[in-house]
Amino acid sequence: MFYKAIFATFLSLFLCHQALASEFKDRVFKAGHPSLQDWVLPEKPEAPSDNLASPERIELGKALFFDPRLSGDGNMSCASCHNPSLGWSDGLPTAKGFKSKVLGRASPTVINTGYNSIQMWDGRKKTLEDQAIGPLESHEEMNTDFSAALASIRGSSEYQKLFAKAYPGEEIDKTTIAKAIANFERTVISRNSRFDRWIQGDKKALTKEEIRGFKLFSNPEKGNCEVCHSAPNFTDNGFHNIGLASFADENPDLGRYAERPLGLMKGAFKTPTIRDITLTAPYFHDGSAETLDDVVDHYVKSGEVKTNLSPNLKELKLSEKEQKAIVAFMKSLTSDSDPVTLPQLPRI
Amino acid sequence: MRQLILGFSLVAFSYSVSAAEHTVGQKNKEFTESSLTIKVGDTVHFRNDDSFFHNVFSLSDAKFFDLGSFPQGESKSVVFDQAGEIEVECAIHPTMKMKITVE
Repeated sequence: MFYKAIFATFLSLFLCHQALASEFKDRVFKAGHPSLQDWVLPEKPEAPSDNLASPERIELGKALFFDPRLSGDGNMSCASCHNPSLGWSDGLPTAKGFKSKVLGRASPTVINTGYNSIQMWDGRKKTLEDQAIGPLESHEEMNTDFSAALASIRGSSEYQKLFAKAYPGEEIDKTTIAKAIANFERTVISRNSRFDRWIQGDKKALTKEEIRGFKLFSNPEKGNCEVCHSAPNFTDNGFHNIGLASFADENPDLGRYAERPLGLMKGAFKTPTIRDITLTAPYFHDGSAETLDDVVDHYVKSGEVKTNLSPNLKELKLSEKEQKAIVAFMKSLTSDSDPVTLPQLPRI
Repeated sequence: MRQLILGFSLVAFSYSVSAAEHTVGQKNKEFTESSLTIKVGDTVHFRNDDSFFHNVFSLSDAKFFDLGSFPQGESKSVVFDQAGEIEVECAIHPTMKMKITVE
């Protein structure tokens, strides 16, 4: 009995160590291996205690997310830029806002944002609740007239019922609108890709080339991708200047520097997830890479502009075959998602 | 004059004797201490134990500093010369935060 207890303790310590292994040298690239389990995403993102998930909150949030009548011209919803048919983004290099004005940054996908500890390309919002109202309030984006929008929603008996069921006793206001949208956004999840199935033990889920690509992706001496696109959501929730050509513009977008005025943050942007990456082209915050091959080419050169480059970037020594394997691996990260059903919007 | 020099020497001596050194690591994208209480004049060495670069900075009124970026095995030091509460972060990985209380 005593020896069994000792053995069990050692076994659990070993498995715990393996599960927490975060360095390349500790990884064993075999389907389902314990050393890879830090790539398993939790089933659901964590929700704040005052906005736990419920079917009623998700239903309300979905209606608000797809409702164009909230915008200034009544023709833009959250889904205009975060379109489920386009990977919850818009397929454009950079977003188009109010009156189709071309904006400075790409629309980030909503996929798996619930797992992120910081939101927006420059991290100026911490949670989805903080973020949700921003695009509505922005004159360059949805340009919402909130007094009119709130009057419409409060005057709609169908919206009243949805709010009463979702947030009983709470006002219909910006706070509950943001909470409902955030609650819906946390249901937009990608965690059932072939990669996920391989991590969980399905040996046939990845091809040999894709497994080789995963190794190269993780290896700091080869692809060095995991240094930023780390487990489990393929992001470190961190900020890096990756040397895009647009940083050499006369007045470049300084990104995170606006929030944290430190030299290192000039031109630094948040690491995006690469889950469902095949659905969200073009790539980078300025939409300057059309394909995943272009993305890998960019990193092989260690960026176009070397000024203030992230110290975590380095020139890569990758053969053409190795580059293709990394791209093949990234293509295995797209989940088989259920079709999205559009809501019948409440009458206003 | 001799008394004055002696006085200054004693102050300097007692300062150097009482100033302590502390080390805070950066490992697995976390500071090894979530909070630290130190005395005015103490030095904190920030050491990077991860295999990639980190930064350490504070925009707090009591101590404003930016240590730039440094790789695994290197450390950078800050002398905390004023009492107060200081929020310390890594700019690259903003989930890394700690608080230093200088008494």
